[in-house]
Amino acid sequence: MSNKLRVATCSLAGCFGCHMSLLDIDDKIIALADKVEFDRTPLTDIKRIGRCDLGLVEGGVCNAENVEVLREFRRHCTTLVAVGACAINGGIPALRNHYPLQACLDEAYLHGLGVEHPQIPNDPELPLLLNKVHPIHEVVRIDHFLPGCPPSAETIWTFLEALLSGQPVEFTYRQIHYD
Amino acid sequence: MLKHFTLDGKRIPFAEGQTIMDAAMAAGEYIPHLCHNPEFAPHGSCRVCTVKLNGRRVAACTAPALDGAEVENDTDELRDERRTLLQLLFIEGNHICPACDKSGNCQLQALAYYCGMTAPEFTHRYPLRPLDASHPDFVIDFNRCILCELCVRASRDADGKSVFAIHGRGIQAHLAIDSPSGKLGDSKLHKEDRAASVCPVGAILPKHTGYAVPIGERLYDRKPISVAGDVSDHRKDSS
Amino acid sequence: MVHEPRSSNTPVPPRGEGLLRSLVAEQYRAGFISAARIQALTAERGLTRAHIEGVIDFYSFLHLEDVGRFRILFSDNIIERMQGNRALAEHLCRRLGSPLGEVRADGRVSIDYTSCIGMSDQGPSLLVNGHAIPSLDVETLDRIASRVEANTPLTEWPQEWFEIPLNIRKKGLLLANEHGDGDAVNALLSSSPTAILAKLEGAGLRGRGGAGFATAAKWRLCRDAPVTQPNQRVVICNADEGEPGTFKDRVLLQGYAERLFDGMTLCAGVIGADRGIVYLRGEYRYLLAPLQASLERRRRAGLLGRRIGGRAGFDFEIEIELGAGAYICGEESSLIESLEGKRGNPRNRPPFPVTRGYLGRPTVINNVATFIAAAMIAAREEGWFRGEGTEQSSGSKLLSIAGDCDHPGVYEYPFGTPIDQILEACGARQTQAVQIAGAAGHLLPPAQFDRTIAFEDVATGGSFMIFNESRDLLEVVRNFADFFAHESCGFCTPCRVGTTLIQQNLTKIGDGRGSRWDLETLRRIGALMRNTSQCGLGATAPSAMFDLLDHFEVVDKRLHSDEFEPAFDLDAALQEARQATGRDDPGAHL
Repeated sequence: MSNKLRVATCSLAGCFGCHMSLLDIDDKIIALADKVEFDRTPLTDIKRIGRCDLGLVEGGVCNAENVEVLREFRRHCTTLVAVGACAINGGIPALRNHYPLQACLDEAYLHGLGVEHPQIPNDPELPLLLNKVHPIHEVVRIDHFLPGCPPSAETIWTFLEALLSGQPVEFTYRQIHYD
Repeated sequence: MLKHFTLDGKRIPFAEGQTIMDAAMAAGEYIPHLCHNPEFAPHGSCRVCTVKLNGRRVAACTAPALDGAEVENDTDELRDERRTLLQLLFIEGNHICPACDKSGNCQLQALAYYCGMTAPEFTHRYPLRPLDASHPDFVIDFNRCILCELCVRASRDADGKSVFAIHGRGIQAHLAIDSPSGKLGDSKLHKEDRAASVCPVGAILPKHTGYAVPIGERLYDRKPISVAGDVSDHRKDSS
Repeated sequence: MVHEPRSSNTPVPPRGEGLLRSLVAEQYRAGFISAARIQALTAERGLTRAHIEGVIDFYSFLHLEDVGRFRILFSDNIIERMQGNRALAEHLCRRLGSPLGEVRADGRVSIDYTSCIGMSDQGPSLLVNGHAIPSLDVETLDRIASRVEANTPLTEWPQEWFEIPLNIRKKGLLLANEHGDGDAVNALLSSSPTAILAKLEGAGLRGRGGAGFATAAKWRLCRDAPVTQPNQRVVICNADEGEPGTFKDRVLLQGYAERLFDGMTLCAGVIGADRGIVYLRGEYRYLLAPLQASLERRRRAGLLGRRIGGRAGFDFEIEIELGAGAYICGEESSLIESLEGKRGNPRNRPPFPVTRGYLGRPTVINNVATFIAAAMIAAREEGWFRGEGTEQSSGSKLLSIAGDCDHPGVYEYPFGTPIDQILEACGARQTQAVQIAGAAGHLLPPAQFDRTIAFEDVATGGSFMIFNESRDLLEVVRNFADFFAHESCGFCTPCRVGTTLIQQNLTKIGDGRGSRWDLETLRRIGALMRNTSQCGLGATAPSAMFDLLDHFEVVDKRLHSDEFEPAFDLDAALQEARQATGRDDPGAHL
C-alpha cells in the first residue's frame, strides 16, 4: 500500500480547539494530505483505530472512556503525542480538581441552578468520572508534547515536518507557549 | 582594581562583595533566575540560577564571585537541570496558564519557554489551595505561588510591614498572611506597597484590570526573558 | 569601589532570641500554644503573629491546638518498625480508644508517630510528654494505658520505666580513659590557646559529626574573626543528634556530660568566647534537668561563670536550649536560625558561622563527641590521640549499632576498623546490608563489608543499622524517603518537591504498581537533588535510594512490568463515582 504516515487523532477532555488548530495550517494541509493518511479521527469518522504511525491526543483524562481510548491509542500508535494544555497538565477541565467529585456532581445534577428532576445519572452507557482530571502522561507513555492552548498551527506543522523527515523536533522560541 | 571571572568563556569584571549574579547582571549577561530580584537581598531558594563555579555547582545569586574563576552557565547540562527544576514547580502547584491573567507576563512561564520545557512530565500534585479575594485591590491565588518569598522580602525589607510569612514545612510549606483572620483584606497591605507588585508569577494580581493586553502580544510572547528582562523591569506594562 | 557583601540571610528578628524557648515552655505547660499566648508574644517581642505561627508550624513538637494531657509519640524509624512498634502503637490506640494522629474526644491523650528518638538499641520506644520509655511490650503499654485513664501525673508513674541503660558494649580511646572535671580547662590555664590549638592540630582531630572539618582550623578561624567587644564569640554544641538509628550522643550526654562542658569551656578560652549554648534535641528533653545540675556543679567548682580557674577575663556561661522536633536543625546554620527565633531553614554560605554565626557573632559549632575528644586531647600528652586510627582519621569513632544483631548498643572503635569486624563483634548474622551514617548515609552490600570506618572510606556520624536477609530493603529505603519528605524544610525547590516525588515513586513500586520508567524518574530526581539542593539534607537524601538501585536486585524484582505503568491506581480513581452513582457493572471498573 502507500507509504504515507498513518495518523489517528482524538479529543478526550478537551474542546476540539487543538483539532481546529491542526486544520489552521492553511494551504499546508494540501502538502500534509500528500504525506499522511488519516485513521480514526473526528475528521474521518472512522470509529476503530488501526495500526498507526502517529497518534495525536487532545485533552486530558477525566473519565473511564478517556482511559480506554487513550490506551487503545497507545497500543496502536508507534508515536503518541500529547497535544495542547489539557493533554499536558489537565488544563481548564482540571480546575474541577479543586472540588471533590461528589461536590461537582451535586452541583451539576442535584442542587445547581435550574436543575429539574435532580438525579445523578447512573446509566451504564455513561462513562464514570475519575476522582480527578489527569494529564495523559500519567496514564500512558507519551513520546512528544506540543504545548499551547491550542498549540499554534506552526508548532504542529514544525512537529509534523520534523517527524516526516526523521529530524529531531526543535521548536523556535515563539512556538512554545502555554496559553 | 577590578577582579574578573569568566562566564562561559567571557571575561566578567566584579567588585569585592558582588555575587556571580550581581556581576553577570552588571555586565549584561543573563543567568536564568526566578527568586532573585536585585532590589532585594538574594535568597537562593529556587535554584534555577545554579551554575558551575570551577566545576562545583552553586547558586549564582548567593555565591560570591571569585577572582580567576571559571563559571559555566549556558550549557546543555545546566539547562536540563533548570528545566527539571521548573517542571517540579509546575507540578507542585496548579499552574493552568490559559486561565491566568499573568500568562505572557509570568516569569515562571517565561523561564520554562526559555529552557525549552514542553511539558511538566512528572506526576501532578493538584494540591487543594484556596484563593483569597478579600482585599479591595488584590487577589491572591495560592495555587500559583512558587515560594520565591519576594513578597515576604519586599513587605519586610521595603515596606517595613511583614505582611507575608511562610508556614508549614517541606511540601506543606506555603505563603501565609499576617492579619487577625489570616485574610489579605485584614492585613496592612496597601496598593502602593512594593510587596503588592513584586510577584513574578500570577499569585498576587491586581483587581479591576484584566486582559488589558491580548494573549500573544504580551511581554514574553514577543521576546525571550534573556532579552526582555524580569517582570519587575516592566512593572508599568505588565499589569 | 568596594561593596559590602549583601547577606542573603533572613535578618535576626527583633527579640527573636529565646522565642523557641518560650514556645517550648508554653507547649509543655499548656499542651499547645494558644492564640492569646501568641498575641502576648507579638506584643512582648515585636514579632508578627504570622512569623510566630510560621515558627510553630516548623517544629513537630509545637502545636496551635491542644494535643491532650498525655502526648504519646512512638519512635518510628526503620529499626523500631522491625522491632514491632506499629503493632504496639495500634494496640495502645485500641486500648485507649484514641485514634492515631488525633486527640481523644475528652482531650486526655493523643497518640502519634515521630521521627527516631535515639533509642534504636532498646526499642520499641516512645515519648510521653517528652520523657522516653524504652523496651516497650504489650504489658507495659497496658499499664501505661491504665495510668492515662486514671489521669495519674507522670511523676507518679513507676520511675524504672524511664530508666535508660547506657548500653555501652565496647569502650575505646575516649570512653575507657578517665577525665577529671576540669582537666581541659586546667590544661589551658597552664599553657596557652596557641599551644592548645597546636595540640589539636597535631592530634589531627576532625569534626565527629561526619563531615570531618579540622577542629583546630575551625577554632582558629573563629579566634581570628574580628569582634567589636572582647570575647564576643560563641561556642555551640550541636546536640541535635537526629540521624535515624543514632543514639551515641544521648549516651555521652547521660554519662559523659562533664567532659563535654570541659571541652566547650576549653574552646571558649581558646577562641575568646563568653557564651556557650548546647542545642539539645527536643527528643532528649528528659536530659535537661541532669545536664543543668551538672552545669550548676561546675559553676560551684569555679569551672564556669566569671573568672574561671581564677583567671581575670575568662568568663564563660553555658545555657541549654531545647529543639522541638526538626531534623534539619542538626544542620549547623539551621540550628543558628532556630536559636535566633526563626524557622530552621539552612543559611546560604558564605558567610560561615566561624565569622558570622549566632546573632552575627563568630561561632564555633561542634558536636558532642568532638568537644569531648578536644577536652581529652588537651589534657593529655602529644601523640595520645594519633596512637589510634589512620593517617587521615586519627582517634576513635563511637558507633550506634542497631538492627539485626545480638548486642545492639554503643561501640567505640579505632578509625580504620573494617565493617565485617564490627558486624562479627555485635553478633550480626546473614547480613544483607548495613546502612551507615543514618538515612542520609549509604546502604552497603556484603561485597563492601571489607571497607573501613574512616573519613577517607566510609564516613559516618555514628549511625550503623544492620539488616539481615529477611528484611525488605525497599521498605527500608521507603522509610528513609518518608523521613526526608517529612523533615525537608521546604525552602529550596529540588528538596521540597524532590523528596515528595521520591517518596511517591518508591511507594508506587512498593505497592506493586511500578515499572522501569519509575526508576528513570527516581534517578533523574535524585541526581537533581544531589546537584542543586541548597543544603546537605537535599543533597544526601537520595543516597540510600541510589545504593538500593545500584547494588541490590530487590527493586527489579518488585517491578510490575517493563512497560509504562500509570501514575495512579485507575480503578481506585473511579471509586467516588461508583459511590455517587451506585454502579458496580463491568463498565464501572478499569
